[in-house]
Amino acid sequence: MTDASPDRSRSPRVSADGFSLAKLLLEGRAFFALIAIIIVFSLLSPYYFSVGNFLTMASHVAIFGILAVGMLLVILNGGIDLSVGSTLGFSGVIAGFLMQGVQLTSFGVILYPPVWVVAVLVCVLGALVGLVNGVLIAWLKVPAFVATLGMLYVVRGAALLMTNGLTYNDLGGKPELGNTGFEWLGFNRLLDIPIGVLVMAVIAIIGSIILNRTAFGRWLYASGGNERAAELSGVPVKQVQVSVYMLSGICAAVAGLILSSELTSAGPTAGTSYELTAIAAVVIGGAALTGGRGNIRGTLVGAFVIGFLSDGLVIIGVSAYWQTVFTGAVIVLAVLLNAIQYRRRVKLPSTAGGSPTSPQKDKATTADPALEKTAG
Amino acid sequence: MNAAPEFEPAPGDTVLAARHIVKTYGGTHALKGVNFDIRRGKVTTLFGENGAGKSTLMKILSGVTTPTSGTIELDGQSVTFSSASDARDRGISIIHQELSLAPNLSVRDNIFMGREIRGATGVDFAEEARQTRRLMADLEEDIDPLTLVQDLRLGQQQIVEIARALSVDSRILIMDEPTSALSATEVEVLFRVIRDLTARGVSIVYISHHLEEALQITDHAVVLRDGAITATANARHINLEWIVRNMVGENFDLGSPPTGYAFGEVALSVEDVSVPDASSSERSVVDRLSLAVRSGEIVCIYGLMGAGRTELLECIAGRLQPSGGRILLGGNDISRFGIAERIARGLVLVPEDRQRDGLVQTMSVGANLSLASIGAFVRGMLLSRSQERTLVEASIRDVHVKTAGGSAPIGSLSGGNQQKVVIGKMLTTNPRVMLLDEPSRGIDIGAKAEVFRLLSERAARGLAVVFSTSEVAECLSIAHRIIVMHRGRISAEFGGDATKEEIMAASGEAVVSDHEEHRSHHRDRR
Repeated sequence: MTDASPDRSRSPRVSADGFSLAKLLLEGRAFFALIAIIIVFSLLSPYYFSVGNFLTMASHVAIFGILAVGMLLVILNGGIDLSVGSTLGFSGVIAGFLMQGVQLTSFGVILYPPVWVVAVLVCVLGALVGLVNGVLIAWLKVPAFVATLGMLYVVRGAALLMTNGLTYNDLGGKPELGNTGFEWLGFNRLLDIPIGVLVMAVIAIIGSIILNRTAFGRWLYASGGNERAAELSGVPVKQVQVSVYMLSGICAAVAGLILSSELTSAGPTAGTSYELTAIAAVVIGGAALTGGRGNIRGTLVGAFVIGFLSDGLVIIGVSAYWQTVFTGAVIVLAVLLNAIQYRRRVKLPSTAGGSPTSPQKDKATTADPALEKTAG
Repeated sequence: MNAAPEFEPAPGDTVLAARHIVKTYGGTHALKGVNFDIRRGKVTTLFGENGAGKSTLMKILSGVTTPTSGTIELDGQSVTFSSASDARDRGISIIHQELSLAPNLSVRDNIFMGREIRGATGVDFAEEARQTRRLMADLEEDIDPLTLVQDLRLGQQQIVEIARALSVDSRILIMDEPTSALSATEVEVLFRVIRDLTARGVSIVYISHHLEEALQITDHAVVLRDGAITATANARHINLEWIVRNMVGENFDLGSPPTGYAFGEVALSVEDVSVPDASSSERSVVDRLSLAVRSGEIVCIYGLMGAGRTELLECIAGRLQPSGGRILLGGNDISRFGIAERIARGLVLVPEDRQRDGLVQTMSVGANLSLASIGAFVRGMLLSRSQERTLVEASIRDVHVKTAGGSAPIGSLSGGNQQKVVIGKMLTTNPRVMLLDEPSRGIDIGAKAEVFRLLSERAARGLAVVFSTSEVAECLSIAHRIIVMHRGRISAEFGGDATKEEIMAASGEAVVSDHEEHRSHHRDRR
């Protein structure tokens, strides 16, 4: 602390003291929503509240959760990645293709790569899709929305071309070829927890460490919050941008592997519109689409809100059409609450004018000399 | 000065009188019983540091907020304003310091935004354009009505903002820092417009951090400090010293060049650097400019808006690519390096616009302070939080940031303290050369003096400092050497003992020479 003069340091302290229930509910809203969902469905259905069901639902959440972590990184950077659903589908198809054996005509042999090689290759593929996105956006200045929308079509088309629209059904491998074990990701459990959920947890922990404890994470928050200021502070903003899309691509590839393992088949249309669910999870988790604000914890909670809600609706027998309506309503509500939260924080410095809404807000505007100046 | 202000009600020529205005926010008294008169057809200037309550008072007078107690009399009638538009309907309008233009729209559309002139077939664009042209002619600004605002430089945008306020006929016009981005010539024009307005009976309230400038235009000065009026006086009886004394309560001085040590080696050397104009490839905004700065030396670059100061500094820092020339740091050519590499080698820039280029508003004070020196507290792969905290706390102490702590949001700081954060962020990288583009822009005089003191302390310890300014008084403070830029070139170079007149003449803004030019034209015609 420093020799803070009482006059100028007053406003932040005042707002810290004015901690109210409303503020707590607003900031922890996704978490409270999740609890509310669990309570409501537990009351409505005797089957909902059980460890078994939670684990099943969690394994559904895992796919979206993994996509959402990647999406969060992109959104923190102020971008958007619409190609993750297609990348997910394409990854499954590539995995299926590799599992069938790669025929090298010139050598007259068929290669059967082991499962771990398949997994690594698929992740590299996801990173490559992300690299294309990143280069288009960072270096060629294509708006993120357009670049990744284009890749959404290109990658989906590639998946369809590879399979001719058909599905790889046999991903089991053969013991004599040494490529068994693909179903491990989707079916096995460790300590009774589905592997997919564990993978999501590991990815979330890694993501959390990256965001909070590495220089890269700081660069990401800084360049998402103000790219020009970050650049002038020596942050390699372009490299950060490219990396973010590559990480998102890798997350999509991992999700693709898990999904095709769960389904024991790889269809070219898998993951259609999953990018939207991932974006929804990130938004429900409180991240700002303008970049710079958001965290892994919120995003995961967001993914669980969506997953637990839609599974709960299935369990109590609500029609799939209504599920869509409910999910949409939750997303809109989340964005609405985001707007309320960020209006309080972001707009303060620039527009001190306006109507006298909350006494707290007005206090901040005048007790603070900076705001006084900009407010005019 | 007298603590209890002399207060002379002048009923005849007072158009608006605020009486015993108190504004409290919770326990904070922003205004403590202020009496403020706006005189008909006069310029009333409100002086005061940031946080003194100027803006609160203006917000009350323009209907943006309501006072806790006190009355407002308009033409002797007690009034209450329900909203800003209510006040506007009664003829009170305000030019906010912060630009509120739509950059994607034309000048014409911005001026008539929200009150478009309706013709028989929709908006009468021709009439709007005609009126815009007339306003621009009044302001002596050669801006086409159809130019997009985003293509204008900052000063011209401010002119558009002023034109918009002028396009509404108001009886009382409040101008909050209308000149912060204007050149001296543009300020002259604005002052002429203000005099025209007052001659027509319009009353002006003028707020500015440029004290000398405000002194030129003011008829009546009011000084506000800590929510109370400390002094009021007729402009005839006051001077700069009087204002500053009443504003800050003590004699103020922006400092003098640090002495008592010898300059070191040449730290930064710019050789024949040119920067192309972003809009036209033939013109250069910086034209084959050379400059050498020794360590320990403080160099001030003075110039008008558009003289190429910002472009020169951004080019040295690596933001802009030069079209020719070399930049040497400690004798090594750094022209091909990016910004990050230049920072690592000890060359940093504090940008002109701290909101746009200096701060990350979504991050805390601490994260902003440590942003440029993350490498210093990375251990292995991870950031060391304890080392970051040490670094941030040291930096807060070092540059005297007044904050509740490193975790406070950056938006909670005053403008001056935000600027100190930007400077502190760059200083934590231990630079050899520090460039500062208008470091005093939009901060109050106390913070300004503190920033300058900080820079001279660092210079005495061997930092080479280059700062730009558009206020002559600032050139004559801590700089050992003053360089005047005009149209991308160095037009003159002075020691710390130059006079204001010399500097202004070299920058091309001397009003005297303009007059002479006009006169010679007249003679020619005869």
